[in-house]
Amino acid sequence: MKSKSEKEARKNRKAREKKASALHFSRRNLCIPYWVFLILFVIIPVLIVIFYAFTDENGYFSFAALVNFFTTWSKINVLIVSLFIALQTTIICLLIGYPLAYFLANKKFNKNTVLITLFIAPMWINFVLRTGATRDLLTWMGINGGNYPYLATMIGMVYNYLPFVILPLYTTMLNLDHSQIEAASDLGANPFQVFTRNIIPQTMPGIGSAFLMTFMPSMSSYVISDTLSEGKITLFGNYIYLDFTNNAWNDGSFMALIMLVLVGLSMLLTRNRNTDKEERGGNNLW
Amino acid sequence: MVKKIMAQCYIWLILLLMYLPILVLIAFSFTTATNVGEWTGFSFDLYTALFKDEEIMRALGNTVLIALISATISTLLGTTGAIGAYYHKRRVRRTIEMVTQIQMVNAEIVIALSLTVMFVFLGTYIFKANIFSFWTLLIGHVTLSLPFVYTSVKPKLEQMDPSLYEAAIDLGATPRRALTRVVVPEIMPGILSGFLLAITLSLDDFIVTAFTRGSGLLSGEQTIETLSTLVQAKIKKGPIPTEMRALTTIIFLIVVVVVILVTIYQHQRDKKTRKPGLSRGAS
Repeated sequence: MKSKSEKEARKNRKAREKKASALHFSRRNLCIPYWVFLILFVIIPVLIVIFYAFTDENGYFSFAALVNFFTTWSKINVLIVSLFIALQTTIICLLIGYPLAYFLANKKFNKNTVLITLFIAPMWINFVLRTGATRDLLTWMGINGGNYPYLATMIGMVYNYLPFVILPLYTTMLNLDHSQIEAASDLGANPFQVFTRNIIPQTMPGIGSAFLMTFMPSMSSYVISDTLSEGKITLFGNYIYLDFTNNAWNDGSFMALIMLVLVGLSMLLTRNRNTDKEERGGNNLW
Repeated sequence: MVKKIMAQCYIWLILLLMYLPILVLIAFSFTTATNVGEWTGFSFDLYTALFKDEEIMRALGNTVLIALISATISTLLGTTGAIGAYYHKRRVRRTIEMVTQIQMVNAEIVIALSLTVMFVFLGTYIFKANIFSFWTLLIGHVTLSLPFVYTSVKPKLEQMDPSLYEAAIDLGATPRRALTRVVVPEIMPGILSGFLLAITLSLDDFIVTAFTRGSGLLSGEQTIETLSTLVQAKIKKGPIPTEMRALTTIIFLIVVVVVILVTIYQHQRDKKTRKPGLSRGAS
């Protein structure tokens, strides 16, 4: 008798659990359209890019695009120039944006929270229009793509990507632990040491995301270099765009694949840092 | 004190430099000379010319329409996606989040090219026709902004008190009702900022538009032009078209109004929630 009632109870519980899981399931199901969209328009396109990168025009397997890329000096050159310009843009933006974000986030220097909105506001004006405006202004000042293609491109890059550096830095600076900084100087660190040993490590996550937001986009930008250098400087983005206009899908796909690998690498680089930060954050709680 | 003045000077100098190209464009929107830097007398002619310019007006309409439609779709998809993933198993959530994150960092040109290559593939092997149209453009814009909506909704879900949903269920709400009446209002700020972000991304986009657009809906026989592609086509040949200077002024004024409204809104919200804000800062 006893065992029978136990069995029944278990049965009941099972039924209840089933009902509960069905309830949970309906909430979970909400992510299905999102996931399907990602599969259809993110994952499958990337697979097709990989397919195109390693086939020829007739759809047969071939390393032609790969060989073509690594044996054409001009293409390697584009890769190097793009990496160099992107690195330079990122460094200049950080050099300008880091103190700026520090001043903006520090109550000692600035109490006006509207200012940060003002720094982001230009992003709401059409990006191509802004780039054109920069070009026209620089032309007026005598720095046109014909004379100084490199300088003009760099100015355009920094001008465009500065907000992307300021914003993540500003958010991390808001959470700076000021008692730690005070402790460091109380314990005898000079201002330089305080900066390099305390402030920089504390803001590392912000620097990481600023890097991500600037490096890849500037390397693959098309409009800025095309407009400001009057087509004299070719970056990775310009090359992919050229392949697109020529319907050279195999070569274009291979270039895109290289970009994708670089994106993956830079993500790995910053991800390690984030997990470090979480651990440290966990320690701070205690 | 000196330090503070220097810091303020630095902030305002960079701010001035950042606004300089736009301000110059605005200043020269009141004269009809072809090039920026030439002044041929004050007039409002460019403003009247702007509203008569059908090409610009059509591109502007397309841009706004595409931004609104794509932002609405990606807000719906992104929000439901974030809610679904939040209540899902850890493994599933992690996979979804990984793809979302890669897509966020991914270069715009890679997103554009991979979509284009897929549309070309579908066009040559399955549809046997050119499938580039308004719809491919829409898919492109949704793909671009979707991960940003997801990531702006997600933190709001994590901040939400999980017992709210349980309480609603215990009090007799159906799961669907509990979601729409309790969870959605709780995460509304995240949904709104995701929507705004999606609109911004769509308005600003050039690469994805240039790659995935086609003819058909909105444009008839011709390929769809948005503001970005139109301006790009013009500035490739010469200086910014004069009417566009007037357009810049108008866009700038709208932005200024929005910034002022946002500031007032933030100010009032801070006033209301000053106490909890302080305690949060202290902890």
